[in-house]
Amino acid sequence: MWRAKGVEGSAVVLFAARFGTHDPWRDARKDGRLLSPIFYILAVLTLAGGLASVTLKHLVHCALAVTVAFAGLALLFLQLDAQFAGFAQILVYIGAVVILIVFAILLTRGSDLPKEGVFSKTWPVGLLIAAAVFAVLGWAVLQSVRAVPQQAAVPAVTVRDIGIALVGRYVLPLEIVALLLTAATIGAVIVAMHEKVRSR
Amino acid sequence: MIGATPLAGYLLVAALLFAIGLAGALTRRNAILVLIGIELMLNAANLNLIAFWRYGPHPEALTGMMFAIFSIAVAAAEAAVGLGLVISIYRHTNTAELDKISRMKG
Repeated sequence: MWRAKGVEGSAVVLFAARFGTHDPWRDARKDGRLLSPIFYILAVLTLAGGLASVTLKHLVHCALAVTVAFAGLALLFLQLDAQFAGFAQILVYIGAVVILIVFAILLTRGSDLPKEGVFSKTWPVGLLIAAAVFAVLGWAVLQSVRAVPQQAAVPAVTVRDIGIALVGRYVLPLEIVALLLTAATIGAVIVAMHEKVRSR
Repeated sequence: MIGATPLAGYLLVAALLFAIGLAGALTRRNAILVLIGIELMLNAANLNLIAFWRYGPHPEALTGMMFAIFSIAVAAAEAAVGLGLVISIYRHTNTAELDKISRMKG
């Protein structure tokens, strides 16, 4: 496909071949000293999506913004070489949770704007608490992360390994999660069921 | 530079996302937005787990990865029950605004 473009295409192939073998960012990542620029792009995307999802006025816009945040997080998981978790994130969050949120918005007529504004009366206190929590977390990270030894090599873990671990060492948690999901599904249906049906 | 080590960079992003989610859960009036804030906080914790798995000493043991996968499953269950509760409350009180739901106030 690249070659069909002629001279430009072959230049792209040469460029890719050169940087595929001598990727300076990958070398730096292997040393464990440097973050790739992709990380910064994804971090800004995720944080912007998260910020938009809690500040926008219309609930439907919030649902769209939280989709962006979830997608950015999935891409961050892929950037961390956790492919299975990344795709599970896309399937579960973008595929299921956002759809549930949109359904709930539509069922509760959340698209109507409240007259009193979207933030509660005590919003400065909430903002202060959140800022304090971030200050503590950031301080703890910056203080302690130098003491943690860091593995730079990319872990050689395949989905096959994950599957074997799930039915081997982690089989009991897997069963418990299956039970929890069943109970949650039944519970959600019972909770959201119409009141008259229950009283009969 | 602050984000000089990859682990610190990911942890700081997760901390910031957690704070954003907490701010959303504490300041918004709509119950669905509170749930979105909680989801953001859970996701920030997942990012921490995966980052520690990636840069920790024994990634082949898969502990952090498994923790994140189970956490995603539990978060999905929580979202289903939470939104069911919101719909149920809306049916009772005809509103999803948390300020107006004060029936249990003493």
